[in-house]
Amino acid sequence: MNILIDAVSWIALVTGGLLMVTSALGMVRLPNLFTRLHAGSLADTGGVGLILLGLILQTEPGLNTLKLLLIGFVLFLTTPAASHAVGHAALLGGLSPDSGDADDSQSTNS
Amino acid sequence: MGRMISLAVVLLCVWFVLSGSTDPFLLASGVVSVLLVVIIAHRMGMIDEEGFPIQLLGRVVLYLPWLVCQIALANLAVARTILAPSMKIDSGSAWVPASQKTPVGLVVFANSITLTPGTVSLSVLEDRIHVHALSRKSLEDLHQGEMDRRVSAVEGRR
Repeated sequence: MNILIDAVSWIALVTGGLLMVTSALGMVRLPNLFTRLHAGSLADTGGVGLILLGLILQTEPGLNTLKLLLIGFVLFLTTPAASHAVGHAALLGGLSPDSGDADDSQSTNS
Repeated sequence: MGRMISLAVVLLCVWFVLSGSTDPFLLASGVVSVLLVVIIAHRMGMIDEEGFPIQLLGRVVLYLPWLVCQIALANLAVARTILAPSMKIDSGSAWVPASQKTPVGLVVFANSITLTPGTVSLSVLEDRIHVHALSRKSLEDLHQGEMDRRVSAVEGRR
């Protein structure tokens, strides 16, 4: 039983870590701000969620479990607000969200 | 009044979880802090159905499993897009209708959209949300309106 929990926990931790790396890779590979926002939300949801799940399975059930859940709850509420703020600011700043895969690093000098 | 009491109970629970101690002095200072916070929040007029929407708790719990499934699926889709050797992106944006009646409902819907990888809400109006998506297919899915219906059900008003 313990081995089973350990296995699930490590699978969750490793998958979460891989998602974090994928998210960072996406930040570099994707062409412009709006598409890069999506790469960021990969770390916010899948990465954080799986790593927290892995940690919860590693700790003894108790106060620390609740603390980890509290971290997840706060991130769950705040990260979309941050993503939205960045996207909204880019929209107000004049970036076009329909520019497809065009690079926008030169288009903000108006 | 009931809302103030439930806020106090929630805050006391958070205090206890974070301190994890049953030392009488710590518990007493927790009670004092919670009372201060509740009184200040009440004087600021923040303890209403928007500032502390505890009335949604039951229905949000029913909505969360579906949202988590959607987030997991979207995670896979976005990870595949990022890792694919050919960067073929058909990103775009569109206005998605939002049928929620209250600000809290709109926030839940916009947050759900942003929380799902591959879609970000850029701008929120009373009856529609400007959504940017990494693939146009997820925009079509949002236009189907399943998430919109489920969030309106969370809101619970006819």
